Amino acid sequence: MNLTLYVWRQASAASAGRLSRYEAADLSPDMSFLELLDVVNERLTRQGEAPIAFDHDCREGICGSCGLMINGVAHGPLKATATCQLHLRSFRDGATIYIEPWRARAFPVLRDLVVDRTAFDRIIAAGGFVGVSTGSAPDANSLPVPKTDADLAMDAAQCIGCGACVAACPNASAMLFTAAKVGHLALLPQGQPERMRRALGMVQQMDAEGFGGCTWHGECMEACPKEISIDWIARLYRDYIRASATRPERVAVEVAL
Amino acid sequence: MELNARIPSGPLAEKWDRHRFEMKLVNPANKRKYSVIVVGTGLAGGSAAASLGELGYQVSCFCFQDSPRRAHSIAAQGGINAAKNYQNDGDSIWRLFYDTIKGGDFRAREANVYRLAQISVSIIDQCVAQGVPFAREYGGLLANRSFGGAQVSRTFYARGQTGQQLLLGCYQALERQVAAGTVRMYPRTEMLDLVLIDGAARGIVTRDLVTGKVESQVADAVILATGGYGNVFYLSTNARGSNVTATYRAYKRGAAFGNPCYTQIHPTCIPVSGDYQSKLTLMSESLRNDGRVWVPRAGGDGRPPQQIPEAERDYYLERKYPSFGNLCPRDIASRAAKEVCDEGRGVGPGGLGVYLDFGDAIGRIGEAKVAERYGNLFQMYQRITDENPYQTPMRIFPAVHYTMGGLWVDYNLMSTIPGLHVLGEANFSDHGANRLGASALMQGLADGYFIIPYTLGDYLATAKLPRVDATHPAFRAAEAEVGERARKLLGIRGQRTVDSFHRELGRLLWEHCGMARTAAGLKANLDRIPALRQEFWENVNVPGSGEELNQSLERAGRVADFLEFAELLCRDALHREESCGGHFRVEHQTPDGEALRDDQHFCYVAAWEYQGPDRVPALRREPLEFENVHLSTRSYK
Ligand SMILES: Cc1cc2nc3c(=O)[nH]c(=O)nc-3n(C[C@H](O)[C@H](O)[C@H](O)COP(=O)(O)OP(=O)(O)OC[C@H]3O[C@@H](n4cnc5c(N)ncnc54)[C@H](O)[C@@H]3O)c2cc1C
Ligand code: FES
Repeated sequence: MNLTLYVWRQASAASAGRLSRYEAADLSPDMSFLELLDVVNERLTRQGEAPIAFDHDCREGICGSCGLMINGVAHGPLKATATCQLHLRSFRDGATIYIEPWRARAFPVLRDLVVDRTAFDRIIAAGGFVGVSTGSAPDANSLPVPKTDADLAMDAAQCIGCGACVAACPNASAMLFTAAKVGHLALLPQGQPERMRRALGMVQQMDAEGFGGCTWHGECMEACPKEISIDWIARLYRDYIRASATRPERVAVEVAL
Repeated sequence: MELNARIPSGPLAEKWDRHRFEMKLVNPANKRKYSVIVVGTGLAGGSAAASLGELGYQVSCFCFQDSPRRAHSIAAQGGINAAKNYQNDGDSIWRLFYDTIKGGDFRAREANVYRLAQISVSIIDQCVAQGVPFAREYGGLLANRSFGGAQVSRTFYARGQTGQQLLLGCYQALERQVAAGTVRMYPRTEMLDLVLIDGAARGIVTRDLVTGKVESQVADAVILATGGYGNVFYLSTNARGSNVTATYRAYKRGAAFGNPCYTQIHPTCIPVSGDYQSKLTLMSESLRNDGRVWVPRAGGDGRPPQQIPEAERDYYLERKYPSFGNLCPRDIASRAAKEVCDEGRGVGPGGLGVYLDFGDAIGRIGEAKVAERYGNLFQMYQRITDENPYQTPMRIFPAVHYTMGGLWVDYNLMSTIPGLHVLGEANFSDHGANRLGASALMQGLADGYFIIPYTLGDYLATAKLPRVDATHPAFRAAEAEVGERARKLLGIRGQRTVDSFHRELGRLLWEHCGMARTAAGLKANLDRIPALRQEFWENVNVPGSGEELNQSLERAGRVADFLEFAELLCRDALHREESCGGHFRVEHQTPDGEALRDDQHFCYVAAWEYQGPDRVPALRREPLEFENVHLSTRSYK
């Protein structure tokens, strides 16, 4: 099959970008979307042009490295599918495809389709953990966890941190990402002691990074390759409000520490 | 070079305890005066960096991905072993130890493996305390499954995403230390050389993958946890970025490389679909619990699988290995698949595939139950192949998956370079010639959470380390070499792309150093690889400059190292005149085609020492002594 591509090219964070047109011919429908970019890049290299930079690693939908806006949709047309798991059979022969990076203030473009997502790491560092140092854990079975809670926690914990939720959101909010981590740990007994300061700390960091607020569009859930539900955002609100209402000074001081 | 494994004396079960007592401690107030470099943020590096940060060391941690959470460990599916014996089904530390030694075809060190089995129980405790959402039973306790041919249920899992959940636990612990100021994280930063001063590892040279800046990083000790080298084969189940550069650079600086020829080929992967193929996808081994593997009895049988009657199918694993059947270990299942395909009985494009059939299982327990167990895997298969495995059998084929070889380390996980420690898949230590399922995650976390925090302290407390900084001539020289190499790669501007060389190298290895190896094939490779390498340095085209984000340059550097390392791999495979685990030499097999070990001549670790460019590396042998288990022939019949 043949495709016409318009790809965002930008030499560096400081330079301006634009869409460039490429014709890709003789493709197999069984090719993955990233293999399409590989093929284009091989050709560009042979022609002495700079290949298209894009992030990827596992190529099986779990590392969260890849992420492209494909015809304006984060990760493209298939539901519950990361860009690397998308195949050309999802496109019509002869189609025109626009490929762009995630667009969000908190995710500056570094080059072409590569963006800086380190803001996510800083949100986790602001409380997205259980504070147990190595060696101090009790026996794993000393604390039973209802299977339904464990399963639900796993639904949230599946987040791959790709940033599609931010890219899809009209406000570029990182609420779904933040809520998934808060929700995962809040469901487990191990997460209780730090539950309130975690919710406050992570939300504060999210704001500080320049992500927008949530106005309940639900685009994040549609784009999420792991189908993480916006119900988690409702849970986050509950924890956040409770934390702010009940222990504002104490929690604020702890977070500042 | 002397190989001293530093195995503590005393009975097997007491060695680690005794050693922990005998090792020197660093005074708590002094820990912050020591700086440690950790390269890698997978399970091994992430757990090490977090734990060392918690102890108070100043840690600098590096990875080439944009976030430590994306290390290749994230992709592990099946699970992690531990000798908890929660199922009361006869497991014990001793049994896990024995299974691992036997699974490795008696080519691993007893003392290391025993310690691994001992520590396994604490790993699960640690991960649960971090909030890892392992699968549970209705009573609220942890669930287990049997995995990878084990006859007890000792595998802990989190759906099909165990590696992800363990890594996120570890990454969160790491970020907690970043917030606490004990760990400084350098994502998108690649280590390109190791720096030695007075014979000890004192730092690394890195390249910032966004700006291209080459810099020195100084420390009192260096830890490499940079993963395996499976991508030397080009196509593998590893993440695309996985590479040998860090360990190979260390080898060139004097660290011995152990058993490079021990590579694992996993039997259940989705077959190649075309020339553009960029990686192979693993289908979890757990599928073999219910799926039956078969090919048509007759060669060239082009009928669709549903039309091949039962009597004309060959369930060859069940036939050849009646007691283990479809659950026999990986190396055996892979080789058996190759055999039937070599006989012309393979299925699918090019005859490179065998069926994994769930028809019986669906008949026995119903489609709903099969979906509950394997739904996500079936979906993944269908997404890639566009075939529905509920209706038609899956097609699978072996693919390169894991590398048991790695930098040689002693009992303290220190390489032959003082101060250079190596953890996880990057070292050679615990899996012998074949790794059992669900034991790589266990090893990575054992190394990082529970071994290195002790043994590194012992090294730092006893080593005499002069104060140095990045102005030291050794750092300056290494930086200059790194810069020069990049300039050279960028200056060639030849006709061929980096990937085209990598693919060609991969084909050579797959053909002659894959599932079946012969002296003739290996020798042919030892001729062809240097020629390919030469062509690479004359004719590769690496566009762009070194002062920018340049993914072609990153790959070129890695492929240049693979092109050297591949030769070492073939050399080791040629020298090992026996078959063991994943290393199958066609010349050495039993009359019925099973691997034939030669304990008299090859019961040792082969540790290769670099001798300079274009010189044959020197072979050092560490004899393996078995005091607690009897060397038997592995049989799964
Ligand atoms: C598909 C798949 C499924 C698997 N499933 C299982 C399973 O179910 N159970 C099991 O036990 N094992 C499994 N394994 C094996 C297991 O996942 C790996 O062996 C293990 O995760 C390796 O961990 P590691 O920490 O040693 O290295 P990795 O996770 O590979 O991490 C390497 C790290 O080093 C960094 N790095 C490498 N080179 C450099 C450099 N030059 N400069 C800077 N940073 C560098 C990388 O950025 C990365 O952070 C599976 C493997 C695959 C491929
Ligand atoms: S490349 Fe890992 S999720 Fe797509």
